[in-house]
Amino acid sequence: MTNTWMDLKNADLLIVMGGNPAEAHPCGFKWVIEAKVHRGAKLVVIDPRFTRTASVADFYCPIRQGTDIAFLSGVIKYLLDNDKIQHEYVKNFTNASLLVKENFGFEDGLFTGYDETKRDYDKASWSYQVGDDGYAKVDETLADPRCVINVLREHVKQYTPEFVERITGSPRAKFLKVCEMMAECSSPDKVMNSLYALGWTQHSSGSQNIRTMCIVQMLLGNMGVRGGGMNALRGHSNIQGLTDIGLLSNSMPGYLSLPVEAEATFDQYMSQRQFKPLRPNQMSYWQNYPKFYASLQKGMFGKAATPENNFAYDWLPKLDATYDILKAFELMQDGKMNGYICQGFNPLMSIPDKNKVRASLAKLKFLVTMDPLETETSRFWEDHGEFNPIDPSKVMTEVFQLPVTCFAEDEGSLANSARWLQWHWPAQDPPWESRTDIAIMSGIRSRMLALYEKEGGTFFDPIVNTYWPYLDPNEPTPDEVAREVNGYTLAPIKDPADPTKTIPAGKQLDGFGQLQADGSTLCGCWIYSGQYTEQGNAMARRITADPDSAGIAPNWAFAWPANRRILYNRASADTNGKPWDPERTLIKWNGAKWVGYDVPDYGLTVAPDKGMGPFILTEEGQARLWCRELMRDGPMPTHYEPFESPVVNIAFPKVRGNPAGRVFKDDWLRFGDAKDFPYAGTTYRLTEHFHYWTKHAKINAILQPEFFVEIGEELAKEKGVAKGDWVRVWSKRGSVKAVAVVTKRIKPLICDGKPVHVVGVPIHWGFIGETIMGHGANTLTPFVGDANTNTPEFKAFLVNLERTTAPAVA
Amino acid sequence: MADYQSLDIIRRSASTEQPPRVRGGQEVAKLIDVSRCIGCKACQAACMEWNDLRQPVQTCQGNYTNPEDLSPSVWTLMRFTEYENPDGNLEWLIRKDGCMHCSDPGCLKACPSPGAIVQYENGIVDFISENCIGCTYCVKGCPFNIPRINPVDRKVYKCTLCVDRVAVGQAPACAKACPTACIMFGTKADMIVQAESRIADLNSRGFDKAGLYNPPGVGGTHVMYVLHHADNPRLYANLPQNPRISPIVALWKGGFKVVGLAGLALAAVGSFFHYVAAGPDETDSNDETVAFDMAHFEDDRNASEGRGNDVRPSH
Repeated sequence: MTNTWMDLKNADLLIVMGGNPAEAHPCGFKWVIEAKVHRGAKLVVIDPRFTRTASVADFYCPIRQGTDIAFLSGVIKYLLDNDKIQHEYVKNFTNASLLVKENFGFEDGLFTGYDETKRDYDKASWSYQVGDDGYAKVDETLADPRCVINVLREHVKQYTPEFVERITGSPRAKFLKVCEMMAECSSPDKVMNSLYALGWTQHSSGSQNIRTMCIVQMLLGNMGVRGGGMNALRGHSNIQGLTDIGLLSNSMPGYLSLPVEAEATFDQYMSQRQFKPLRPNQMSYWQNYPKFYASLQKGMFGKAATPENNFAYDWLPKLDATYDILKAFELMQDGKMNGYICQGFNPLMSIPDKNKVRASLAKLKFLVTMDPLETETSRFWEDHGEFNPIDPSKVMTEVFQLPVTCFAEDEGSLANSARWLQWHWPAQDPPWESRTDIAIMSGIRSRMLALYEKEGGTFFDPIVNTYWPYLDPNEPTPDEVAREVNGYTLAPIKDPADPTKTIPAGKQLDGFGQLQADGSTLCGCWIYSGQYTEQGNAMARRITADPDSAGIAPNWAFAWPANRRILYNRASADTNGKPWDPERTLIKWNGAKWVGYDVPDYGLTVAPDKGMGPFILTEEGQARLWCRELMRDGPMPTHYEPFESPVVNIAFPKVRGNPAGRVFKDDWLRFGDAKDFPYAGTTYRLTEHFHYWTKHAKINAILQPEFFVEIGEELAKEKGVAKGDWVRVWSKRGSVKAVAVVTKRIKPLICDGKPVHVVGVPIHWGFIGETIMGHGANTLTPFVGDANTNTPEFKAFLVNLERTTAPAVA
Repeated sequence: MADYQSLDIIRRSASTEQPPRVRGGQEVAKLIDVSRCIGCKACQAACMEWNDLRQPVQTCQGNYTNPEDLSPSVWTLMRFTEYENPDGNLEWLIRKDGCMHCSDPGCLKACPSPGAIVQYENGIVDFISENCIGCTYCVKGCPFNIPRINPVDRKVYKCTLCVDRVAVGQAPACAKACPTACIMFGTKADMIVQAESRIADLNSRGFDKAGLYNPPGVGGTHVMYVLHHADNPRLYANLPQNPRISPIVALWKGGFKVVGLAGLALAAVGSFFHYVAAGPDETDSNDETVAFDMAHFEDDRNASEGRGNDVRPSH
């Protein structure tokens, strides 16, 4: 979230698209209700299904899954055509006026530089025209056709309301009503908020779904202001922490990136991470990359990381490919990955194409699962009839199940959607032999270290040189780890806030502003710096005071970065430093410095007339309507159909799926066509359950006992299915049986004149737990990932459906 | 006779002698704002947790209402109704069903067992299990079809409005758990004021017929709803338009009671003359043996059928 849960109460219009917070985030959703009840805010839901969120919405507009970019491109066109943009904001705070290279272009659904064999782009033309001064050229009159805003205008021109309706199935009148409601928020005293979740990310164009709404929000001037922003609602209580701390295969803590194969030397690595400002007087904060990097490597390797060895750069892996979870299972299937430590994860139920996942697990030599609960993954080798068909005698995988504590049984911090790091304490002792994840991982390290020391082995240095300063090496405490993640001085440093002062060695840092590039500071994750200072553990603060009910509550726990609650908050004030809307003040310029409710996202004493942009992390200092080479599949969003779609792409008929979407060779053969699989399937969660956990809990099982699929009355009638009948649903990859919920909440969408029936498949059932045994929704879904993140496309695929009889009891 | 210990009782089933009103406390009420209910079932989960109720896991019946119905171990239930309004737009009406705690409770009126149903002065209507004789007259007496008989212990159960929590100044478990504060709890007067502001908000959003459901036919209730369509409560899973106590109950408590009492008096007089004429009944040792065997046969059968697993502990 750029803003916070609590800040939702400050919105005038809440758009839920690509999410279903009433269902999936019922506790956070209280703030939406707060905005409605106390501010008179309007709630709009755009979704293929009339969801629980829609049940309390002021307006609902249906949409076919996987067509959000077409819908929102239509909104962008509407805003530009009707001049419903916040002019001052767009002109000064976005890159609208920067000039795009002449040779950049877009034709037949492809940007310049596409290589079909690689399914990737040469992005040389995806940049600005650069002047003699080395900065991007601008035309402040916005008249030049190469101005970003004009390139954008040209790009969205085909998305008329008629065209949007043909693609999305959203009735034109409803689409236009949504446009009107959004357009009202172009005025500085009206703010729109975007709430989204997996309904946007789990698509082959997932990142671009989000980009499209970012563009809308920038045009409306709603970024950085109270009640506005782009708000990603995270699915697990700590999944924000997962990305922050760099648990993705290509990243390091604090969104630093691992080197790739082409970056064999440190100089090559840093040459790609210069973050040279593209406009004069810009902060371009990522220029501090060497400080973040050096401090992180000191945390990894301690004394062994020195300026002379580039802080142990050679010990970092150099990626030849992205090793995301889809790739991992591809490698298992090919017999190239033989061992798998599966920590807090149930891939047999949560990775697409369950049959492929099961077959891949069966090729492992060993599988270690670490989980508080029994998972299907740890029991993948058991035959459960049609729910998990396998012959255990053929499986050679050795499985080790390590029980771990659950969040209520240990201490530590959780990062929520709003970037709040909240410390928690154990509520009870862990049962039986379960141990903390830290203890298990540390134990594995100790044993590996002993083996290395006894027997030697390849790549010895990084293992023995890992910095491990904990009192008990076999069980570091969360407190020790939290201090290290915050960072501390290793040698005396000059205080950047006051050069006359020296901070002695061994002191906890106040924040990342004190980090050094010379190895005199250590910091496990730069964005978390400030969480545990000399004043103590800021994450454990529980002060509810919220001055003027602004929705900031600055002393409740700690928000990264720098305890800042609303990102880009400099953009809440105009070019003179006066709030756009005095009712919604966040920070303002008092003549000497920036003051207000929140920690300024800006140089504290940088005067507004210095020409520094409010988006201090970007090289432009501005938000990007057009994002250069930073996205793999294009600088602007484009409507591509899902890889399995009931209709051809009427915008670009030659293109199947996202041209840069990642598909493995064999998986092309596992895609189905609309001829055999005519219905548009989608998966989702239900409020009664949490993923595959709560099916172990009796009460949740009582509340939602059995696997079902949802279909509209029209399709049910066509197929002779009545409420409560059994149906079989199958895709090219697998088949499931489920109880039919026949509903008015799903209606056929008329796309290009033809009805498209939606089949809804909730995810929560498996073959163990208190609920009735059920098939996994991932039996049906395709093994294809988003072009930028490789997130699987769970939200749009093709199925067929027929009436059937109940499954045999396993 | 546990209920006589409470000074808060204002009415007691099948009792001519009513406890004096000594405390003069305020009436409480639960206000359920249906327009901001998201159907998350947190209230159902909280109810099961607090009251220690566990219904066996059922199957999916083709809709979201789970379990299927109220039962001795399901005291509250979200009922989901899909309604297409005259504009052709869909509304998904979700109503939390359960005891309404009527001011004039039909169950209490119908109950023939002294003290099995009581009403406290805060308005809560509660079933006192140890006095319940399992006759199910309360089921027939309830205009909302709420009480359910447990076939195992032959006692009737329903929502207590968490009387045990309210008595110590806590809100009912469902209100405490509700994430959107759609379930509110407080004095009845405060809840009516709350409802007014909600109704004004709904009116401003185009729901002209929004209103408070506090039906006068049962003297008002201590569980009230804010409805978007107060003109047609039937839309919400058949919430009665004008709930009233069944005329059979009136008959039972009225004319029929006099006739019944007369019958009882006649029977007593008859018994007296029978005793005078025929003498006392006597048993021999054979009768005792037969009675002993019957009693043990009952115990064995209960054990072999596994009864008692799902029985609520009696208080």
